[in-house]
Amino acid sequence: MNTRIRKSGPGRQHWWALLLIGAVLLAVPFVAALGGQAWVRIANFAILYVFLALGLNIVVGYAGLLDLGYVAFYAVGAYVYALLASPHFGIHLPFWVILPLGAALACLFGVLLGSPTLKLRGDYLAIVTLGFGEIIRIFLNNLNAPINVTNGAQGITLIDPIRIGDFSFAQTSIILGVSVSGPQKYYFLLVALAIMIIIINVRLQDSRVGRAWQAIREDEVAAKACGINTRNIKLLAFAMGASFGGVAGGVFSAMQGFVSPESFSLMESITILAMVVLGGMGHIPGVILGAVLLTALPEALRYGIQPLQQALFGRMIVDPESLRMLVFGLALVLVMRFRPAGLWPSSQRRRELAESAD
Amino acid sequence: MDTLLQQLINGLTLGAVYALVALGYTMVYGIIGLINFAHGEVVMIGTMVAFTVIVALAGSGMPPLVVLAIGLLVSVLVCMVLGWALERVAYRPLRHAPRLTPLITAIGMSIVLQNVAMIIWGRNYITFPPMIDKKIYEVGGASFTNVQVAIVTLAALVMLGLIYLVHRTRIGMAMRATAQNPHVASLMGVDINRVIAMAFIIGSALGAVAGCMVGSYYEIAHYQMGFMLGLKAFTAAVLGGIGNLAGAMAGGLLLGVIEALGAGYIGDLTGDFLGSHYQDIFAFIVLIIVLMFRPSGLFGERTGDRA
Repeated sequence: MNTRIRKSGPGRQHWWALLLIGAVLLAVPFVAALGGQAWVRIANFAILYVFLALGLNIVVGYAGLLDLGYVAFYAVGAYVYALLASPHFGIHLPFWVILPLGAALACLFGVLLGSPTLKLRGDYLAIVTLGFGEIIRIFLNNLNAPINVTNGAQGITLIDPIRIGDFSFAQTSIILGVSVSGPQKYYFLLVALAIMIIIINVRLQDSRVGRAWQAIREDEVAAKACGINTRNIKLLAFAMGASFGGVAGGVFSAMQGFVSPESFSLMESITILAMVVLGGMGHIPGVILGAVLLTALPEALRYGIQPLQQALFGRMIVDPESLRMLVFGLALVLVMRFRPAGLWPSSQRRRELAESAD
Repeated sequence: MDTLLQQLINGLTLGAVYALVALGYTMVYGIIGLINFAHGEVVMIGTMVAFTVIVALAGSGMPPLVVLAIGLLVSVLVCMVLGWALERVAYRPLRHAPRLTPLITAIGMSIVLQNVAMIIWGRNYITFPPMIDKKIYEVGGASFTNVQVAIVTLAALVMLGLIYLVHRTRIGMAMRATAQNPHVASLMGVDINRVIAMAFIIGSALGAVAGCMVGSYYEIAHYQMGFMLGLKAFTAAVLGGIGNLAGAMAGGLLLGVIEALGAGYIGDLTGDFLGSHYQDIFAFIVLIIVLMFRPSGLFGERTGDRA
């Protein structure tokens, strides 16, 4: 229950903080570019995952519905974009038509899956969503015969980048005397999207709907008794999460220029869920932290482990790729062991935990 | 008709394996309400250990059946220790943490185990040395091997043993009591920690047996094999009503049969629009349909939202 009264606007220090964050966000792609465009791409993925994690946060963090198939909606968005803006079918629609379409279709899938299954208790819902994710992936993998819809495991290539008039997101261009590369443009687009979803998350949190979600999360029976239409409200959370997943998928597709079913494995769903839980469920800064950390950690390990082994043993003892995942898994276990509520939980949740520990 | 019988036989074999793995999920879930995502990986480790032991002993001149038995035994022991260690190190400290926390831990452990296995056994497929001379029997147009007979028989024996353990022994009674109400059970003098550890140990032992079966049935093993197997087995457990032993057994068998029949007939049913590579879909579609009508699984008790 959140009875704190919020100030109606940010105070003076908040403005300074916001300004600082803005400056850092602005500088990141240019600083990253010093190390090569690959680092800008990593930053892009970090922001994309922030977007995805905040989308999932609505479902898992606010409404408390355990969704293990979130990547299915991401896949739907990605494939809608890929099919409608690539030579595969010879259709080249502009992005502002496809992105909403992808979001709408993902939303539809969310409702289709959610309406019969949302009455299930937590873990049953988890396994159903997991199954749904696998079904979507298997279909994407096999729908190349007899009619070639998804081009099977090879995936779809040559997807159009996002383009506004003559301004293409794929090429380097000079803006205000500064040379801005393709990945850097996507970076700013992604930051804009991320800010949008952060605002949506913040506004939802204390809204009527948001409080209804929290009530359902804490005690569904009591929420129902208070006159909340639990079915519709849960469905709303599900559909909203799904449509954000769809948008993220579309942007992913445009940014990569290539999609294949491999990008939408269960492991991906699990990673996004891990970002939400590891950061601090239902707490926006925590979720952002979780997403950035879990994107950066494997990359940092990729660049760190190989030289480290060389330095320690003089040769490669263990395959660096498996060692990287090993450390990733261990990190998940250890963080959960020592910070069970996540790295940066909301103050309210921390209080609850402290109480239940007594 | 002969395809029907054939698919039923194959489905039953596969189902027996699913059932054994599903029991591991369901026992843990029934007692502490945790989806032990790492269980599939325990099964995989079981297969790998059995493989290593069998290969090491293959040239020693011992009779093949003895080698197999030793492989099975070692793998069961290793998995029991592994299951116990998992519970002790990863899950016990989190017993009072928020519900999703142990789930993430389980996922983390599963990643760790997979990669440890990859480091030890490599990333390629491993071929199981065939220890038994395969005999093929024919009944009514369908054929089955002695390996299949052995799998189904062994699975049946192990399950009977488990039922005996849970319903006729002291530790079984303690388990059932803890599943009903851990708090009251502990007031009656049940050592909860021991019961939970036992659930993990027994579940892992069953998983090891299942792992050896998969290995000798497909004659192949891979460090990622535990994932899909675990997923299917968990589906089977949910299908039967998670937390319910008989449900897990029935769910496993049912899932195996549905999958085999589905793979055999999907081409005919859809006019060759969908082929047998959609086999993996059946498990999940059946699951979704069953849960729509029976939200707590086929044999699960109807529980309210609050205990």
